[in-house]
Order: sequence, then C-alpha cells, then structure tokens
Amino acid sequence: MFFQKIITILSENWQMFLRGAAMTLYISVIGTIFGFIIGLVVGVIRTIPIPERGWRKPLLKVINWLLSAYVEFFRGTPMMVQAMVIYYGSAEALGIDMDRYAAAIFIVSINTGAYMAEIVRGGIISIDKGQFEAAHAIGMNHFQTMVYVVMPQVIRNILPATGNEFVINIKDTSVLNVISVSELFFTTKSIAGSTFIFYPPFFIACLIYFIMTFTVTRILRLIEKKLDGPENFILAGNQMQVARPEDMIRKNS
Amino acid sequence: METIIEIQHLSKTFGTNEVLRDIDFSVKKGEVVCIIGSSGSGKSTLLRCINLLEKPSGGRIIYRGEDILDEKHDIHAYRTKLGMVFQQFNLFNNYNVLGNCIVGQMKVLKRSREEATKVAMKYLKVVGMDQYINAKPRQLSGGQKQRVAIARALSMEPDVMLFDEPTSALDPEMVGEVLKVMKELAELGLTMLIVTHEMGFARDVADRVVFMDQGVIVEEGPPEQVLLNPVQERTREFLSRTLNQL
Repeated sequence: MFFQKIITILSENWQMFLRGAAMTLYISVIGTIFGFIIGLVVGVIRTIPIPERGWRKPLLKVINWLLSAYVEFFRGTPMMVQAMVIYYGSAEALGIDMDRYAAAIFIVSINTGAYMAEIVRGGIISIDKGQFEAAHAIGMNHFQTMVYVVMPQVIRNILPATGNEFVINIKDTSVLNVISVSELFFTTKSIAGSTFIFYPPFFIACLIYFIMTFTVTRILRLIEKKLDGPENFILAGNQMQVARPEDMIRKNS
Repeated sequence: METIIEIQHLSKTFGTNEVLRDIDFSVKKGEVVCIIGSSGSGKSTLLRCINLLEKPSGGRIIYRGEDILDEKHDIHAYRTKLGMVFQQFNLFNNYNVLGNCIVGQMKVLKRSREEATKVAMKYLKVVGMDQYINAKPRQLSGGQKQRVAIARALSMEPDVMLFDEPTSALDPEMVGEVLKVMKELAELGLTMLIVTHEMGFARDVADRVVFMDQGVIVEEGPPEQVLLNPVQERTREFLSRTLNQL
C-alpha cells in the first residue's frame, strides 16, 4: 500500500522531484564553492601578521575588524532570516529586483564563507610554525609561503570540514523555500499540496536528500585519498640498469 | 680570507629577558665554526638572528659589506644566501623529497624545473638520498629527513650553511649518518656555522669553536684550545660536565 503510493507519486511527479533535486544540488555546489573561496580569502587575510609600524598597520586593523564583523554576523543569524532580509530587503528598501536564484546562491555563499573563514583560520593556525620558518629561511615571502607551502596543507586538512559544510548546504537550501526558490523541499511541498498526499512525497524527498549527501561525502573521501598520494613510495632505481648501450657509448665518448 | 658575515654588538631581548648581549662575531669564507654551550645560552637565538627568523633588538649584521638590518635591504634575497637546517627538520609536508628541494629554487630563484631538478639531484646524491625522491616526508626516518633538509638548503646554493642543533632530535643511531654528511660538506670547503652538542664532531671538524653562556661569547678559538685547554673557568666547568659522557 505504502510502496504503491510512493510508486504512483514517483511515476507521476518524477520530473518535478528531479528538477527540485537538481536545483538543490546546483545551489549548494555553487554556494559551497563560492563560500570556500570567500573563506580562503578571509581566513588568509585574518592571519596576516600585523606589522609593528607603517601605514599597513591601521589598514589591516580596519580590514580585520570588518571581516570579523562579517563572520560574526552571518554565523550568528539564521540563514532563513538572512534570506528574507536580503531578498525582500533589497526589493523594498533598495529597490533592486534581485533574481531569486542569484539571491539564493548569494545567501548560501556568504553564509558558507563565514563558517569557512573560521575553519580556514583554524587550519592555518594549526600548521606547524616550522613550516613557515623553513619557507622563510629559503627566501620565500609571506605570499609565496602561503601559496606554495601552507595553503596546500591547510586545504588538505580542512577537506573533512568542507565536506561537512557541503552536506549542511544541501540540507539547508530547503530554507530557501521562503523566497520561493524551487529546490527539492519547495517542489515536494507543491506536489503534496496539489495531490493532498503528504508523507509519501516527503519520504521520497528524504531519500533523495540522503542519496545526495551520501554521494557527496564519498566523493570527498575519494578526493582526500587522492591528495594523500600512495601509501608507499618507489625507490628511484639504479640508473645503470635502465641505461641503453647507446647511452653508455655517448657517456664514455 | 674574506669575511662573509660580521656581527657587531648584537643584542636580543624577549620582553625583559636578555637572551643575547653585545655579541661580536664573524665568519670567514670556507670556515667551519661550531657554537657550543648549555641550553638557554642563546646559541640558537644567535643563529636565528643571523637569518632574521628572530629580529635582533640591537646591533648590526653585515653581510659582504652590507648592513642587512637596514630597512631598505631585501631580506628575502639575503636569506637565499643562507642555508638553514633546523633541529626539527621542517620539511614541507605537502611535497615529496624532490619537491622539497626544487620548490625554493623554482619560486624564489626562478630556475626552470629542469635546472632545479638537476641541481637538487646533485645535492641529494651528496647526502645519499637520491633514491628517495618520490618519498613524502612522513615516510622517512629522522636521519633521512635531516639529510633531505640539508640537500634542500644546499640546493639554493647558499654562501653559508647554518645548522641549528641538526642532530638533537635524532636517535643515537641516526646521529652518525647526519654528522657524516656534514663532515663531507666541511671537507668540500663549505662555510658552515653549526650549533651543536656533539663535542666529538666539533673537535674533529671545526676550524673554530665558540663557547656561549648566558647570552655572551665566553671563549672562542681553535678546537684544541677551547675544548682541551680552555682559559675561562666557565668553559672548563661546562666541558667537564659534557666531555665525561664521551
């Protein structure tokens, strides 16, 4: 009986479910990527050592203050409320008619960015001081040290936390239904509303959410493994064994 | 012989703690200088001040006639002239052995990948790690890591090599392999400044031994003099405690 209902609903509405799931995935993927980039930039800026004097000192202080305000504000308020404020606020107070999908991506990105900024900052702080010193000792400046030595390690270390953010985004895009973004929750609600059948569609939505989050988790785990490289290394062989006779002649002459 | 680094009246304080006091000291080309002394005597700080990992509180550091504490001086270019080897190796965890030895050459000295690899292989051979170019730091033993760290520093083809207690974090068995490499480098005529607790090594390899205590240089001279016939009471006291272990 239950399964029958699910199958009927699926066969009648599968396109809508699919479209909703695609929209959810689209917003959360783009939002996570943008958020990740925002987080990297903000995290890096917030860990720049403040010089003892010069014009950079006050400038950095002001920037740092603004960035902490950003992080604290977006971490400290619900995304659902932010969505309402940003989407309706931009229309009513500023007279800007925002595209609701652009607004959705903007909200998710900026929210993820706030969380990622702290994750990145933590990642940078956790890198051994010796790594910075070794990089400085071979003549790298702060920027080169960050790009070639520190950030690659930070990114590897924060991947699990990034996966967390990604999964949270897939689930939390459902709050965007308040600004009528037709993501999975919104479409499910429409299906339930038009058929007056409630729990089977939501059960289906539940499964789809789980499939999406589980797949993303697995993919990220694979990426982590790939970044770690092989468990063992290959000894570079004795070069004589691979040298061809003609190489030997050339070497001797 | 030409003086490479000259230090005049160098001082360093951490808060109210005076770690270095009025140090005058110089290194000539081709010289191997060992700095000895008990923990907290300021010898590591002296080394770290020389390549500006610690900012000196006062005094001057003259490198080939130029005052490197001058604000206009390019610190990064100066540091490429000094090869630093750390107690904790500090290999870059995100690169394999070869990567560790070429990243600085490519990004700082702007050498091509081929050229950098050629130079790196040359020095990896010197330290006997050329077979391990594909290994990541976590896959190596302490002694191997330290030899790679030495090759990384050599790959920048510096004027002076600075060693900050290179064997202090190693198992007794691995100390030997690192000291052997350093001895070979000394024989090649490299200018080396070594902070060490290895008295035997200092006696065999150093041209000059510097004994530091409580932030000042107490005594310096050829190893036979400082290690075997020290003039200062404080030096004798220190040596009687450490040489007993030999």
